[in-house]
Amino acid sequence: MTNLKFLTATAEPALLDLPWQLPLEDWPEDRIAALPKGISRHTVRFVKLDDHVIAIKETLFDLAKREYEMLRELEKLEVPCVEPFAIVSNRETENGEELPAVLITRHLKYSLPYRAMWSQGIKEQTAKRLVDALALLLVRLHLIGFFWGDVSLSNTLFRRDAGAFAAYLVDAETGQLYESRLSNGQRANDLEIARVNIAGELMDLVASGKAQDVDPVAISQRIVDKYNTLWAELTEVQSFSGEERFRIAQRVRRLNELGFDIEEMRMESVAGGAELKIQPKVVDAGHHQRRLIRLTGLDVEENQARRLLNQIDEFALRVDGAQDEEMIAHQWLSQVFEPVVNAVPRKLRGKLENAELFHEVLDHQWRLANEQKRDIELLEAVQSYVDEVLVNRRDESAYLGTTTEMITLPNPIPSGEVVVDEEDGDWRDFV
Amino acid sequence: MASVKFDNSTRVYPGGTTPAVDQLDLEIADGEFLVLVGPSGCGKSTSLRMLAGLEEVNDGAIYIGDRDVTDVAPKDRDIAMVFQNYALYPHMSVAENMGFALKIAGVAKEERAERVLEAAKLLDLEDYLSRKPKALSGGQRQRVAMGRAIVRKPQVFLMDEPLSNLDAKLRVQTRTQIASLQKRLGVTTVYVTHDQVEAMTMGDRVAVLKDGLLQQVASPRELYDRPANVFVAGFIGSPAMNLMQLPIVEGGVQFGDVVLPVGRDVLDKASGPKVTVGIRPEKFEVSEHGLPATIDLVEELGSDGFLYGRSQMEGADVNLIIRTDPHDHPLAGDQIHLRSTAEEVHIFDTESGERLN
Repeated sequence: MTNLKFLTATAEPALLDLPWQLPLEDWPEDRIAALPKGISRHTVRFVKLDDHVIAIKETLFDLAKREYEMLRELEKLEVPCVEPFAIVSNRETENGEELPAVLITRHLKYSLPYRAMWSQGIKEQTAKRLVDALALLLVRLHLIGFFWGDVSLSNTLFRRDAGAFAAYLVDAETGQLYESRLSNGQRANDLEIARVNIAGELMDLVASGKAQDVDPVAISQRIVDKYNTLWAELTEVQSFSGEERFRIAQRVRRLNELGFDIEEMRMESVAGGAELKIQPKVVDAGHHQRRLIRLTGLDVEENQARRLLNQIDEFALRVDGAQDEEMIAHQWLSQVFEPVVNAVPRKLRGKLENAELFHEVLDHQWRLANEQKRDIELLEAVQSYVDEVLVNRRDESAYLGTTTEMITLPNPIPSGEVVVDEEDGDWRDFV
Repeated sequence: MASVKFDNSTRVYPGGTTPAVDQLDLEIADGEFLVLVGPSGCGKSTSLRMLAGLEEVNDGAIYIGDRDVTDVAPKDRDIAMVFQNYALYPHMSVAENMGFALKIAGVAKEERAERVLEAAKLLDLEDYLSRKPKALSGGQRQRVAMGRAIVRKPQVFLMDEPLSNLDAKLRVQTRTQIASLQKRLGVTTVYVTHDQVEAMTMGDRVAVLKDGLLQQVASPRELYDRPANVFVAGFIGSPAMNLMQLPIVEGGVQFGDVVLPVGRDVLDKASGPKVTVGIRPEKFEVSEHGLPATIDLVEELGSDGFLYGRSQMEGADVNLIIRTDPHDHPLAGDQIHLRSTAEEVHIFDTESGERLN
C-alpha cells in the first residue's frame, strides 16, 4: 500500500475513496462524469464527487504544484479562473509502479467550453461575443501582471452573461505572475498567441463542419482590436484644458460603463493649471457586480448585474421615490426577482443560473410584447418562457460537452495502435 | 537567416537595484546553435526574453542581422519561439496544421504549399501531409509542431527550457532530435537551459551566466578545458571539478608532501599567498606521494569508477572526487595520496576567481 499525499484547501473525505491506484485512463465508468473527447497534452477526466464535479489532470508533480499555486494566487487577486482543489501525489499501482501526480480543480458551475456553443447552431455572432469576453479577461490578467503564454478559447471557460459571455481562465500551466507591470512586448506577445490560437481553433471548427459563416481570420483579429481599445481606455494618459474639468467625471463614467471602478487616479496640473493630465493607475473590474451585491446580496456576472440594476432603477420610478436605494432594492428583490425565479418549476430551475434566467425572461417579455402589441406582465412572461423555451433547453449547470480536442506539445504521447484516417483529396487544397 | 548581437544590453527590473542582465555583450553567428546556461536567477531567460522582445532593454541594444530590434514588437522581429504550447488541430490535415499561420499572415496559397512541402521534406513528413494528427505517432506530432515554426522561415529560433516537462528518457531523445534538426535547417538558434549536460551536448558554443553577468562564452570543449574562472570551472562538468586553496611555495604550490610545479609567471599574478587549484576527477592519479586523502565511498558504474574522499587542508575537510578504473581501485577507508600533472591543473586567483594559467 502506498502513502498517498494530498494537498488540499478543503478537506473532503470523499477524495480518499477515488481509485488513485489506477491510471486515470482506466478509471471505472461509474466514477466518470464525462469523457473528454480527443487527445490532450495530459489525461483529463471529470469525476463526480458528492454533489459536485471535479476535473482531474494527470501531470508531473512539479507542474501540478506550480499550477495549483498559480491558480490560488489568481483567485486571491480576484481574477475569474477555475478553483484549484487539490494535488494528489505519490500514486502507485497495486504492483508498485509509479503513477503521475494529479491536479484537481472544481468544475465551474454553468460554464461552457467554446465548442459547446456550436452544437446549438449559433454562428458568427457567438464567436464574436466569445472573443470579446476573452479580450476582457486578458486585459484583467495583464492589469495584475499575469503573462498567460497560452491564450486560447480552449484554455477558457465561458459563462452566459445576459446576452454576452464572461470568460474564466482554465489552464495556468504556462502562466507567469510578475510583480512589476508587464512590458508592452509581453502583452503584445500574449495577444499574438491569442490571435493565432483563436484563428486555428475556429479554422478547426470550420474544418469539422460545426461552424459555418465564421471568418476565422477576421474574428481572431477582433481580439487584438477589442483588447487595444479597452487597454487604452483603462490606462491611457488624457490631457485637456484646465477649464474642462468635467472630463474627469466623464472618464470615470466611461470606465464605470465598461465595468471598472477607478481605485487610484493620477492627476497632474501642467503649465500653471492651464492644462490637466489624468491617468487611471489602479482600476478594478466588477463595477456593477459590486453595486448589485451591496444592494441585494446577489452575486452575478457583470452584464447580468448591469441589467438587474437597470431593472431596479426602473422599479424605483414606479414606487415611492422617497425611499433610499437599499430599501427599494430589497423590495424589488422580494416583489419582482424572487417571484420570477420561484415561478419556474423546481425541476427546470437548474438549467440556467437565476440571473441568466431572469435576463432571458425579460427578453422573452419584450419579444411577446412586440408580437402581441400589448403590455405583458412579468409573471405571464415567465409562464410562456418556461413552456416555450426553458423546457427545450439543455441543463447547463454541469454541462461538460467535449472539453478539449487539442493536442498540445511537447508531450510524451503513449505509443500504441495508430488509426489512419482516409486520405481524401490533395493536401494542397487544404493548406 | 541572421546573426544576433547583444550590445551591452542591460535589463533592470522596476524597483530592482542590481540588473537581471548586466551589460551583456554577445555575438551569435549566422546559423550557430548557442546555449545560454547558468543557475536559476542568472539572467539566461531574461536575456532570451530581451531578444524575443518580451523584456524591455534598459540600456544597450539588440541586433538581428544588421537591424536594431531593441524597440521592435515581438511579432515583427522575425523570430520563432519554438515549443511554445503548440496545439495540433484534430480536424485539420498535417499540411493545414503546419501552414495555417501563413494563411492568417496573408501568404498566397501557392507559396504556402511550397513552404509546407519544403518543411515537410526536412521533417520527413512528406507522406503524411493529408493525414489528420491522430493518425501520427508522438514523434511525428512533435515534428508537425516544429514544422509550424519552420514554415514561417524565421531568422532565429528561440527555445526556453523546451525539455523541462519531459521525463528523463524522452528528454535525451528530443535533445538529439532538436540538435540534428537545427544542423539540417541551419537556422540561428538561441537555447536556454539550466542543465549543463544539455548545454554541453547541444551547443556549438555555450554562454555561461551568473548573477546577470556573462562569465564565459566558448565551445563546450574549451569551457571544459579552459574555464575562465572558478564559477565556470565548478559549474561545467559532471562530476564537478575539485577545487582546493593551496599555498604558493618556491617552484609552484604545496600539494601534500610534494610541490605541484606552476610557473613563476602564473603565480606572480596571484593577489594573495594562496591560489585556487582545480583538478578534474579524471586528472587525479593515485600515487606514493602527493595530497593525502581518505576514501569514504566507492561507486562502480561499469565503465567508470568514482572515489569519494576527503583531504585535510588547514584543519578543515575538503571533499574530493576521483575517477578511477572500475575494477582496480582503492577501497573505502583506504588512506591514499593523489597527484596530478601541471598541464592538467587549473590555477585561479583565490580572491577574484579569475583564471591565472
